[in-house]
Amino acid sequence: MSTDTSLPILKASDFASDQEVRWCPGCGDYSILAQIKKILPTINVPRENTVFVSGIGCSSRFPYYMNTYGVHSIHGRAPAVATGIKTARPELNVWVITGDGDALSIGGNHLIHAIRRNLDINIILFNNQIYGLTKGQYSPTSPLGKVTKSTPMGTVDNPLHPLSIAIGCEGTFIARSIDVHTKHLSNVLSRAANHKGTAFVEVYQNCMVFNDEAFEYATERDTKFDTILELEHGKPLIFGKNRDKGIRLNGMDPEVVQLGKGISEDDLLFHDEKAPEPSLAYLLSRMSQPDFPEPIGVFRAVDRPRYEEEVDEQIEMAREQQGDGNLDTLFQTGDTWIVE
Amino acid sequence: MAAAATPSGASSGTDSQKTVVELGTATVRFCGDSGDGMQLAGTQLSTTSALFGNDVATFPDYPAEIRAPRGTKAGVSGFQVHFASTAIYTPGDQVDALVAMNPAALATNLADLVRGGILVVNQDAFDAKDINKAGYQSDPLQDQSLDNYQLFKVSMTKLTRAAVEGLELSVKEADRCRNFFAMGLVFWLYGRSMDATLRYIDEKFGKRPAIAEANRRALKTGYYYGETTEAFSSHYSVPRATLEPGTYRSIMGNTAVAWGLIAAAKSSDKDLFFGTYPITPASDILHELSKHKNFGVRTFQAEDEIAAVCSAIGAAFSGALGVTASSGPGIALKSEAIGLAVMTELPIIVINVQRGGPSTGLPTKTEQADLLQAIYGRNGECPLPVIAARSPADCFDAVQEAWRIASTFMVPVILLTDGYIANGSEPWKIPDAKSLPENKIQHPAGSSNGEKFLPYARDARLARPWAIPGTPGLMHRLGGLEKQDGTGNVSYEPENHQLMVDLRQKKVDNVAKEIPLQEVEGEENAKLLVLSWGGTYGACTTAVHRIIAEGGTVAHAHLRYLNPFPSNLGSLLKNYEKILIPELNMGQLDLLIRSRFLIDTFSFNKVQGKPFAISEIEEKIKELL
Ligand SMILES: Cc1ncc(C[n+]2csc(CCOP(=O)(O)OP(=O)(O)O)c2C)c(N)n1
Ligand code: SF4
Ligand SMILES: [Mg+2]
Repeated sequence: MSTDTSLPILKASDFASDQEVRWCPGCGDYSILAQIKKILPTINVPRENTVFVSGIGCSSRFPYYMNTYGVHSIHGRAPAVATGIKTARPELNVWVITGDGDALSIGGNHLIHAIRRNLDINIILFNNQIYGLTKGQYSPTSPLGKVTKSTPMGTVDNPLHPLSIAIGCEGTFIARSIDVHTKHLSNVLSRAANHKGTAFVEVYQNCMVFNDEAFEYATERDTKFDTILELEHGKPLIFGKNRDKGIRLNGMDPEVVQLGKGISEDDLLFHDEKAPEPSLAYLLSRMSQPDFPEPIGVFRAVDRPRYEEEVDEQIEMAREQQGDGNLDTLFQTGDTWIVE
Repeated sequence: MAAAATPSGASSGTDSQKTVVELGTATVRFCGDSGDGMQLAGTQLSTTSALFGNDVATFPDYPAEIRAPRGTKAGVSGFQVHFASTAIYTPGDQVDALVAMNPAALATNLADLVRGGILVVNQDAFDAKDINKAGYQSDPLQDQSLDNYQLFKVSMTKLTRAAVEGLELSVKEADRCRNFFAMGLVFWLYGRSMDATLRYIDEKFGKRPAIAEANRRALKTGYYYGETTEAFSSHYSVPRATLEPGTYRSIMGNTAVAWGLIAAAKSSDKDLFFGTYPITPASDILHELSKHKNFGVRTFQAEDEIAAVCSAIGAAFSGALGVTASSGPGIALKSEAIGLAVMTELPIIVINVQRGGPSTGLPTKTEQADLLQAIYGRNGECPLPVIAARSPADCFDAVQEAWRIASTFMVPVILLTDGYIANGSEPWKIPDAKSLPENKIQHPAGSSNGEKFLPYARDARLARPWAIPGTPGLMHRLGGLEKQDGTGNVSYEPENHQLMVDLRQKKVDNVAKEIPLQEVEGEENAKLLVLSWGGTYGACTTAVHRIIAEGGTVAHAHLRYLNPFPSNLGSLLKNYEKILIPELNMGQLDLLIRSRFLIDTFSFNKVQGKPFAISEIEEKIKELL
């Protein structure tokens, strides 16, 4: 657009703050930081209009590394802080950075409500299936039986699927990517940034120190083609190194099928990220290893009114109906009397 | 239309056969089942009395359960109205007239009626079953137990049903008009005009003409019942009070908070953001603010109190007037986030409408037991200013003062009110909007010269700059980790932490330089000082006035500023031999005063979910004189 020409053209490095990044060497967080810095210049929002909000955790140190406005808030509460910012100043570009413990344990309540309200914010969940900052306790996404510092005999509580929860809240943009799939990750992040409404992105993130290789299946050359399925809108669900396997619906349930032998692409389940009903997205979010390849990409992208716009609209409507607020008029409403 | 009452001292017109007794003050309480509309009856009497020109104070008292079983004591709801021809500060200790709509209401309220007082009961509600439910062994209207009162047994149900005949209402709908009958009768009894209530009926029920007409008829039937039946031989008048000239209205504490917030936003040219989670007795602030979106007010009903305060912090970070309100249990949930606001040095207002505690406690009852929670109830060294409102109308000024302090010192401020003043009402002299104090807030302007912005640089007050998103060149990150002074970068340096803890404390201490000195009322040579804070103002002031009127020598200081204290408080307290500190807690201000000033005090405590009676304070003062 011609109006954009006045904006200086920014580079990824313009978004780096002067603070030294202090994650462990090799931590997946570095890659996510790099991709976010890379896509920010493309969305044409000045740095001073961008706010990163986080909770507490390794991942939540993120805002310190960005040359934007930022709030490193308290454990689990970033979506609530972001809600205040976005509602008070709808023109700001607001990002929430959170971890699996931050978002789904202590902050579960705020997360679901932020998503259902559909504020125009981006929530990026760094899922390393572990509590990194507190040095290695299991998290609500750790797989059943996981042996950690706090579960020497393995966990006995069933893990949560972050995307299933977000879809349950009828999130309008739901996606997943992987820290080391940089190209895929930056594409997903760009789409999230451009989505109008709450964009919820789960990123598989490797914690080198306390949960190394948790997503090895999804990143190793030998296995990733069988364990990961890249979603594309309007396309059939195909995976495998030779793209010879697919997902077909059997009644209400998905099944893995071999292409050929009488099964063609047309028999497969086709992805529709725009489906108004979230059932397909939910079904996809349930697919997990070892029975199914785990989908990455955009699960759902639909349009629904944004909370902050509705709030503003009511304010406009009230002004039209009642006139601009006037204190003297307010004080005089109802019964008054004069003492002489 | 038949003439409304002429509320004059002299009896006149059709009423001439009945004597009119002039009173200086009257206290009336309506009580009944929580579905009986007693709150409305009380509100109407208070509005009518205020419009007439009395000074008025009210006290609603309602059960925690919305629909406790009918006819039980747990379900009794009451509303007390005190109106007078002189200045009054409380809804009154005992009542001169009690209207009881059923046996349970009689049983739970009779103790507060003065001996010889007027007792109006709906005799139709006294059937064996309900008498039993109220815990009576025999019918109190038949035995001699009410001999000490002027008992008026009125067939309110029957009379009301008869009055609304022909309007095709169900029995239930007809019975719902009984509160208007009771109002009418009380209006006659005290020579009040029916006009304001008739107007109210038009406004409220205008869209349902049959209901409106039924309520009108019930009101008038009650009024004429008093006028024409032989039962009442005399009635009363309470002449106008001499208030300061001006335009007045009646205002409740929670409304005054809401309006004060709107005014604070206007006079500082800010948008108001109010994040909250419903809780008794604070919810009415949300209800009120949500009606005023045309002022640009954004109300956010959050998923819980933690989200509520966090959203207010977010709003403050983005440059708005961020406010959250709750009551004890909700404030407990907010503590961690209030610490974040202290650490990030962001201005927010946290309002605690105190109720009986601990835990869920007494949701609908009043108490002052959250003072220490407000001052100290957070992890770490976490100081913040705490102020308290003293009466319903005072909430308007108090909340603006909270914002002045928060925005000039860049600090969260806690405002304490309580259930008693939040739901109570009194006349409020309406200010001219132009006369409200202006609060000019400066946000640093953007810079493009590449100079490094220091988010924790400090001014003379030790406040840091409030730089807001959207300003080029001032991008900065805030958080709960300890900050390096100046840069605001995360710092774990031992000396820096000491420095920052000291700075945050000094900044709050500095508030004392910009608040008024503590004033004292009463006798100059008094040896006894009554030191009070918050909602006990009315009872303490009245008690002190009475003692002085009787020739006693006593002084009174009422604190608005609880942290920091006014700078002269310590030296002031040294002028008295005895200091009496009445509180609706187990001695929290007392603890602060003793530890801070190393002086002896007399702590006077009550935790019954009820405000102090004036007489209780009076007696205590006499004991110490
Ligand atoms: C109220 C509160 N409780 C507990 C903690 C301790 N704590 C800090 S981070 C964290 C878990 C972080 O895990 P996650 O959100 O997965 O982030 P990660 O470090 O793995 O990125 C915990 C329990 C805290 N800071 N605050
Ligand atoms: S502990 Fe794990 S998550 Fe935290 S910085 Fe180190 S590698 Fe990253
Ligand atoms: Mg984690």
